[in-house]
Amino acid sequence: MSRLTNESTSKETQDNREIDTRKVPRGARVKVKVDNPGLLIRRLMGIVFKKYGIAFILVLVMILVQAGATLYGTLFQKSLIDDYILPMVQSGSRDFGPLAAALLRLAVIYVVGAACAYGYQRLMVTISEGTMKDIRVHLFTHMESLPIRYFDVHAHGDIMSVYTNDVDTLRQLISMSIPQLFSSLITLIITFISMLVLSWPLTLVSVGMVAVTLFVSMKIGALSGKYFVKQQKDLGAENGFIEEMMNGQKVIKVFCHEEKSIEEFKKYNDELRTSANLANRYASIMMPVNGNLGNISYVLCAVIGAALALNGSSTLTLGTLVSYLTLNKNFSMPITQIAQQMNSIIMALAGADRIFKMLDEAPEKDEGYVELVSAKEAPDGTLTECAERTGIWAWKHYHAADGTTTYVRQRGKVTFDNVDFGYTQDKPVLHDITLFAKPGQKIAFVGSTGAGKTTITNLINRFYDIQDGKIRYDDINIDKIRKPDLRRSLGMVLQDTHLFTGTVMDNIRYGKLDATDEECIAAARLANADSFIRRLPKGYDTVLRGDGANLSQGQRQLIAIARAAVADPPALILDEATSSIDTHTEALVQKGMDALMKGRTTFVIAHRLSTVRNSDCIMVLEQGRIIERGTHDQLIAEKGKYYQLYTGNKIA
Amino acid sequence: MHIFKVLMGQIRQYRRSTLLTPVFTLLEVVMEILIPYITASLIDQGIEGGSMDKVLRFGLIMLLMAFASLFFGIMSGTFASDASTGFAANLRQSMYENIQTFSFSNIDKFSTPGLVTRMTTDVTNVQNAFMMIIRIAVRAPFMMIISLIMCVKINPRVSVVFLVALLVLAVVLVLIIGHATKAFRRAFRRYDDLNASVQENVSAIRVVKAFVREDYEGKKFTKAAEQLYQMFTKAQKLVVANMPVMTLVVDFSIIAVSWMSAHFIVQGTMTTGELTSLLSYVMNVLFSLMMLSFIFVMITMSTASAQRICEVLEEKPDIVNPEHPVMTVQDGSIDFEDVDFAYKRRNVTYDDDGNEIITVEDVTKDRADETLHDINLHIRSGETVGIIGGTGSGKSSLVSLISRLYDPVNGTVRVGGRDVREYDLEVLRNEVSVVLQQNTLFSGTILDNLRWGKEDATPEECREACRLACADEFIDRFPDGYETRITQGGTNVSGGQKQRLCIARALLKKPKVLILDDSTSACDTATDAKIRKAFATKIPGTTKLIIAQRVSSVQDADRIIVLDGGTVNAFDTHENLLRTNAIYKEIYESQVQGGGDFDEASLSDHFEKAPAAAGQDHPAEQQGGRKAVAE
Repeated sequence: MSRLTNESTSKETQDNREIDTRKVPRGARVKVKVDNPGLLIRRLMGIVFKKYGIAFILVLVMILVQAGATLYGTLFQKSLIDDYILPMVQSGSRDFGPLAAALLRLAVIYVVGAACAYGYQRLMVTISEGTMKDIRVHLFTHMESLPIRYFDVHAHGDIMSVYTNDVDTLRQLISMSIPQLFSSLITLIITFISMLVLSWPLTLVSVGMVAVTLFVSMKIGALSGKYFVKQQKDLGAENGFIEEMMNGQKVIKVFCHEEKSIEEFKKYNDELRTSANLANRYASIMMPVNGNLGNISYVLCAVIGAALALNGSSTLTLGTLVSYLTLNKNFSMPITQIAQQMNSIIMALAGADRIFKMLDEAPEKDEGYVELVSAKEAPDGTLTECAERTGIWAWKHYHAADGTTTYVRQRGKVTFDNVDFGYTQDKPVLHDITLFAKPGQKIAFVGSTGAGKTTITNLINRFYDIQDGKIRYDDINIDKIRKPDLRRSLGMVLQDTHLFTGTVMDNIRYGKLDATDEECIAAARLANADSFIRRLPKGYDTVLRGDGANLSQGQRQLIAIARAAVADPPALILDEATSSIDTHTEALVQKGMDALMKGRTTFVIAHRLSTVRNSDCIMVLEQGRIIERGTHDQLIAEKGKYYQLYTGNKIA
Repeated sequence: MHIFKVLMGQIRQYRRSTLLTPVFTLLEVVMEILIPYITASLIDQGIEGGSMDKVLRFGLIMLLMAFASLFFGIMSGTFASDASTGFAANLRQSMYENIQTFSFSNIDKFSTPGLVTRMTTDVTNVQNAFMMIIRIAVRAPFMMIISLIMCVKINPRVSVVFLVALLVLAVVLVLIIGHATKAFRRAFRRYDDLNASVQENVSAIRVVKAFVREDYEGKKFTKAAEQLYQMFTKAQKLVVANMPVMTLVVDFSIIAVSWMSAHFIVQGTMTTGELTSLLSYVMNVLFSLMMLSFIFVMITMSTASAQRICEVLEEKPDIVNPEHPVMTVQDGSIDFEDVDFAYKRRNVTYDDDGNEIITVEDVTKDRADETLHDINLHIRSGETVGIIGGTGSGKSSLVSLISRLYDPVNGTVRVGGRDVREYDLEVLRNEVSVVLQQNTLFSGTILDNLRWGKEDATPEECREACRLACADEFIDRFPDGYETRITQGGTNVSGGQKQRLCIARALLKKPKVLILDDSTSACDTATDAKIRKAFATKIPGTTKLIIAQRVSSVQDADRIIVLDGGTVNAFDTHENLLRTNAIYKEIYESQVQGGGDFDEASLSDHFEKAPAAAGQDHPAEQQGGRKAVAE
């Protein structure tokens, strides 16, 4: 996928994201464009039906029953007066038997209705929560399979928002909007028919009033939506300002800038207050407007109905009028409900669209077939595969051409032949990189930010695929090696250390899931991390949170080194941290790194000269090219860039 | 209750709207209640009485009432939104103003993200709850009481039904809501954890992939999602019972009312119109009750936010201006006399509901807790002093006492011969200019940022300051020069460039004392040396304190302070220290032996970062995109 399309989609989501769909007031109309709503709904319902098809149909049936029960109750009011009370009044009879029976019947129907209401809502919980769970798990596992590139071009906040906002609006859609829409539709249809049956002239009046109500509420909704968007923008601006100022609060103090920052804040605050006021005003007058238009409709129907009843020219009875008036109330409600639901459905579909877009992203391709297996070495040097861990690893290489399988001892030899690479086709980052690392050698990369040091290391483990040239690992083209096996054979300590929520022990064990506590502690010792870990409140059982926020940067780095050490890989990539760790800690980190590098092919992005100096080969990178290479002494003798940098330091 | 009083005090100019809202709501409710009453008369007197006149008369009354109700409703909505958004604006304003008076220790107490949350999310929560209270929380009880009165008026005996219904409802609601809120809180906390783990995976995706842990993470997530599913289902199981139970109670009330009314009507003590009214009041009462339960939940949920807002509003600054401040600083001499210093200890605990409770306590008893102890230093005006020492040795703490960012626990800090506590804070901080270690640039042009140092600085003055700080060389290379826009947090300039801009900004104050707290760490050694040289020649009269990791940054200072574990280990010249001080010697040797740093900083100068598309924010480019480009 070209980077351009990726960016444009990301931009698009950003525009939509400005409106937090969960915060749109009911009835407010905010313009959200969804490309193919039909397809989205079908796809979404497909997910729901796949697992909960029967349950969902059951829900629809129960909604139908419940709506019927409610309507029966409403219509009973006519019956109550016309068929039971008035006849008794007129005949003077005191026989309450029929009424009792009718009320009993009503009670049963009410109970059935309530049971159905509970039943469908209860089922809906399982359906919506279950679907949410499935979607979340699906999203996550799919996300884990996406190439690194995906995470480069999508802002992390946007990815997160898919999990939080979008999944949430989808829950709303499934658990509330769809059932409500369905029940509103049913109520609407049944009510409309009943109204027609009771009195068609009055129905005309009601329909007319509903049209007026819809029109007015749409107008208000549009206004409310307009100011809501403005409010969200102002809120975003003010939040941004607050965040910036709070982060810089200490600088504000140092520069005595308090008065000015208050002044500036006032501007943002006033702006927000104005738009928030308008947005809220229109949202909150929606209810009285709808309600009272309903009242007016009620009055109109009552007066016209009374006129008709008194006229005697129509069949309208007093009881019919009473029921009709109740029906009239029930008629305008589902219509406004549907109008309001439409908006949230569109919002949810916009969210669904983003979810599906992420699910549709192509996962990392892996066409490799060469596997890394445990092997036994016969005295004559031939390798045979075996199940148990021997400490000897071999590449199992099946040759399709002649149907043979060869085993190659894994040693950690890495070669680059004329490799070109760019994150986009048109913007090359690395040009014609050729290098050769013998097993156990240490290769250092030196160069400025953007020269391409980290990029080279990211090509070895195929975080990115090269555009031209070849990279070989133990003389095997890395394209042929299964990615998991390739990566397992390369230990990595990255520039920015990331730890996971869990104990220190868990974090070290991340390198090798079946490592025993002893192995982990041994790895920590190797990395020089043991002593500080033991001083933590709960030692190895100390729980780390928020990326190890309770540790210093040096300590986090040491744990990351231990994590790589426990994996015991034949080759290593060390992307050293460059931030200012104090000399003592840095010496510790250095010692840990040195211990880890012993006997392994290592690619180091160098930070300290002591690391660089004893490398077997130093590559000086500039703008994606290797401009100098050689040992420290050779490079010094060459008096090139390296010499300049090196002596430049000396002068200072 | 205390929170309530504090927040009430923030209504201020919106008191009128706040009071008018419930008044109009009341009027609206009265109308809504009366309408069915009139309907009853319309049916009884008009239709049953066979009088079209009365039908029209009552119809007209009803219509007028509906319009009045509409008007009242709009008014109450308008005032409610005016009051609530105004109240929220006041809350933000007051908090912001109070935060501006905070000293460093106050800021530390709340933490930056803590303050941001309080000013944003918490205010929104409270604003919504406030609107609820003045509008719906008033509406629902009104509605209920008036409806009840009307019912009693129509027929007191039928009203007994309500009593029973209310009792049943109250019990059920309390049970369900009590259980549900607890279950939901638990579930939401788990939900936050789940999202945190997604966040973790997104940012650490390279680690996950490097260790081939995709499946492992997937399984972990699936398990957590499964648990969340169970918890949410359990919580909602209770909530969904809410509605059907309420409807059922309403339904049975209707049946009961119908049964009883039928008897009364037959007896002739009640009319059919009255029955119709009664039935609609039944709905009103029970509907109000549902509203109340909903509001109750809302308010409980927002009390935590209200509490947090109050904390900020009521926080008193630890450092305030003295009553009769000294307005001039004589010279740049600095003296520390028997100074002990300790940061306050910040404890964060969580209550049962998962709300954060922050407590702060002074640490004075235990020497081991002190950051600095027994500091005695005498620095002459115009002297250049280097400060060196390991992480946690107290370097930053030491210098922060000079401009009174913190107050010492014991002892005195003097600037220009006077205790810093006697000075006007602004005067002191203008004369003692600190370039903080964690420094920030603000969104705006470079010139805007520089003028923080001196509001009315001319472009020439700014240029001069930049020259001193070696910032002019890269600014001139930017296409927009001094008008180049800095993005929020200064993300579009490199670390070294940012540091130099911060130095220039501090220089514009033309201070008597200049403090650089590790402010050239991201600059290469040559630039670092150049800056120091410029200082020595151009501002010789200014006392300069330079904290550094690199020995090369301090070795030609007049004297160097070696800090170790919060005490002054030595204070002497480079040459003397090399001879006599073990710590200094060790640091020096470890750095010289390694040949110094060979880090990005020393190289970055060869490829100065140009401000990438400043002003043209592109989200993907800004966050994800940069990662791809930055190697």
